[in-house]
Amino acid sequence: MTATDQLLFEGADWDFRTLQRICDACEQIARDELGLDVYPNQIEVITAEQMLDAYSSVGMPLFYKHWSFGKHFAFQEASYRKGLMGLAYEIVINSSPCISYLMEENTATMQTLVIAHAAFGHNHFFKNNYLFKQWTDADGILDYLEFAKRYVAHCEERHGRLAVEHTLDAAHALMSHGIDRYPGKKSLDLRAEEKRAGRRRAHEESAFNDLWRTVPTGPAKSGAVLDVERRRQMLGLPQENLLYFLEKTAPRLKPWQREILRIVRHIAQYFYPQSQTKVMNEGTATYVHYRIISRLHEQGRLTDGNFLEFLQSHTNVVFQPEFDDPRYSGFNPYALGFAMMQDIERIVANPEAEDRDWFPDIAGTGDTMGVLRDIWANYRDESFISQFMSPRLMRHFRMFHLHDDPGERAGILVDAIHDERGYRRLRRELARQYDVGFIDPNIEVVDVDLAGDRRLMLRHTVVKGAQLTEADTKRVLQHLADLWTYDVSLVEADASGTVLKEYVANPRKIAAVA
Amino acid sequence: MAIHIVDRRLNPGSKSLENRQRFLRRAKALVQGAVKKSSQSRDIKDVLEGGEVSVPIDGMDEPRFRREGGTRDMVLPGNKKFVEGDILPRPNQSGGKGRGAGEGDSEDTFRFVLSRDEFVDLFLDDLELPDLAKRKLAEVESEGIRRAGYTTSGSPANISVSRTVSRALARRVALRRPRREVLEALEAELLDCSEERRAELMADIEALKTKMRRIPFIDPIDIRYRRFETVPKPVAQAVMFCLMDVSGSMTEHMKDLAKRFYMLLYVFLKRRYRHVEIVFIRHTDRAEEVDEQTFFYGPASGGTLVSSALQAMHDIVRSRFRPADWNIYAAQASDGDNSYADGEVASRLLTDNILPVTQFFAYLEVGQENGLSYEMPNSALWTLYEGLRANGAPLSMRKVNERSEIFPVFHDLFQRRGQQERTGS
Repeated sequence: MTATDQLLFEGADWDFRTLQRICDACEQIARDELGLDVYPNQIEVITAEQMLDAYSSVGMPLFYKHWSFGKHFAFQEASYRKGLMGLAYEIVINSSPCISYLMEENTATMQTLVIAHAAFGHNHFFKNNYLFKQWTDADGILDYLEFAKRYVAHCEERHGRLAVEHTLDAAHALMSHGIDRYPGKKSLDLRAEEKRAGRRRAHEESAFNDLWRTVPTGPAKSGAVLDVERRRQMLGLPQENLLYFLEKTAPRLKPWQREILRIVRHIAQYFYPQSQTKVMNEGTATYVHYRIISRLHEQGRLTDGNFLEFLQSHTNVVFQPEFDDPRYSGFNPYALGFAMMQDIERIVANPEAEDRDWFPDIAGTGDTMGVLRDIWANYRDESFISQFMSPRLMRHFRMFHLHDDPGERAGILVDAIHDERGYRRLRRELARQYDVGFIDPNIEVVDVDLAGDRRLMLRHTVVKGAQLTEADTKRVLQHLADLWTYDVSLVEADASGTVLKEYVANPRKIAAVA
Repeated sequence: MAIHIVDRRLNPGSKSLENRQRFLRRAKALVQGAVKKSSQSRDIKDVLEGGEVSVPIDGMDEPRFRREGGTRDMVLPGNKKFVEGDILPRPNQSGGKGRGAGEGDSEDTFRFVLSRDEFVDLFLDDLELPDLAKRKLAEVESEGIRRAGYTTSGSPANISVSRTVSRALARRVALRRPRREVLEALEAELLDCSEERRAELMADIEALKTKMRRIPFIDPIDIRYRRFETVPKPVAQAVMFCLMDVSGSMTEHMKDLAKRFYMLLYVFLKRRYRHVEIVFIRHTDRAEEVDEQTFFYGPASGGTLVSSALQAMHDIVRSRFRPADWNIYAAQASDGDNSYADGEVASRLLTDNILPVTQFFAYLEVGQENGLSYEMPNSALWTLYEGLRANGAPLSMRKVNERSEIFPVFHDLFQRRGQQERTGS
């Protein structure tokens, strides 16, 4: 063991040996003192321009080509050049090995912070949280993206750029509705995906026989009218995963179009856990970097000056403006997450009477890391907040709940504040803000008119009176109709079944040609 | 150690370049509009510098299902004085505080920077050279050579070593030419062996050697030569004649307008032809070929005889630019003055000698700054050319007073006239 009381670095400069030393020191603390369990780490040093590149392909190191990424790049580049936007210090990818990108202009202290934050905090969360385990395949994702990129390029070669672009546009429009929200029987294996697509293509080519094209199809079998229940059951309806439904049942899609829908769907699914665990993920990473760096300072491996530099960045990261502050834009997931993790640490280590009432299971047990690791593994934002937000923290943030009913002329009601009567309601409401079930509109395929004009019927169940924006909805439905190639209708109905609005979209010709 | 540190900084950048190009293609109409608009206010020198344009974002957005309205509940931090049950007055606009920035529709336009090439491409994209007939005609005029496979005969300089050796190898393998190692092994064995074995070995070695002689290492039939093919290459050269009246009546402003026009024409031609030459002819009552500096800034005085310039151009074409080989473009700038007696000569020169050999002849009448040309009677030259055009001469003519009109006029003159004129270039 080398002397642990040696300084890791002095000043702001670093080189690759310094990074290695920092990593080793962080790893030692993460493993031995915090008991973290991480994927192997791969740390990549990149320039600002490469960071912008990574931004425009949703942070992934490789991605298929599409104009919308170019648009994001142009937009971000412009705002970066004007200084409207700073760049992140790092990007971390949920893959195995876990890749963290570090910006080259970070100081040595910042690199330490970022390594502790991403390579150990996020990495542990990715590897252990149940949502990520259930929905993502960290071993396969990079290969799958590589496959997706090649496949899309291959399709463009064979079927033309425009046709592929139309399909991708449509798939992207439906991306937020291409997610399975409930775990299925089998877990995702992205490597097998690639082989499957290859086999399918090979089979198609080998089984091609031009004769079949000319066989007369004969009159449609009209006599057997399936009854509605049976039909819905056979189609697997109702179905909220629109992309899945199209991939499996859209009548006139080409096999390559189905494969592209599948690719977009898999990628949407891959990001699904991240949108549900923003607070926890950032909270975990922030808590971990705070613990690791404080410990490094205690061990005398970080100078006081560097530690102060760290504290300043850390404080900026966990800053929570109040609601009437011009900088306010919702809860800062870093601030909320970090505050909750620290609060749990306090409850476990040295609880007050109130905490023992609220959290009998964890209060005073003494094993902080054990409790936290269990929480990190088994919760998402919504359940995490609804179970571990303490009254003390609600008082600390001085939270209050507003209820804005447009029907109420008098104004906005203050429904609950941080007091004895309000704690539980506040906590329930805050948790609900992080519930994906409430964030995304609830839209399902309810039926297909198989006996008639093959119209695809969707329903949006309106919650609390929030209806879809008209212009966007029309455009999305147009894309949907293009894929379905027959009419598509969408009904907005509230919980009692009253229809509030109806949309119909007809397919455009191009889709049929494509 | 499990940690792997990689330095990616030297990796090739601009991974997003292709996505960017796709985006530009998609947004072409919008970007083009923006480019036109921004180029109007620019100087000619900067016009080709690229730069920032702003593009309205609608049409480029990606639709998603979104919701709005309805009952909203929110939990906010930083309560100061509210207690449960308070009713707060609504701000005038609903929302206001407590809403995160919307996903895309918060920006109605967005600005981004185009590179120089992107800018020029977009700026000149929907312009087309008029009358490309000659270009097609001239296609057979020159020939280039191109690699085209292999051949069994040719000059020794063109032997393809790799192809020859690989064929020789295939032949040696197919005919089972003894390998050198086998022979060497036998010869090594020969050095110390019994007498009866020696005779046997000698025979074997001899047999192998004969076989090796019979099957040579490289046979003439193995030899392949690189084959070249001649392909016709289109003539891609153009000459641009700049004719300008430099008599006393032409002010600096007018010359400046003309210069801008010539520069645009040059950039435009340069994009289409590999080789572009410029001939400057200035005239008063005499015409002379001059260099650029003199053309724009050299002092001159005298009367005005347009025919002198036309004659000079005609002479130069005859002596230096064979119309079969050159695409000839001419642009004439003048304030419109010409002596009346000259009209007859000028029109004959134009219709008989010049217009038949040029691809394009543009006449730009430059006016005074803030000049109200539309209230003035048509100038002598304008009347003359208009008469010619009425008789079917392919002349393009425009009047320009202001700097900002140069781009629209230029654009106007070269606008694509129907797709059938385009050749697949």
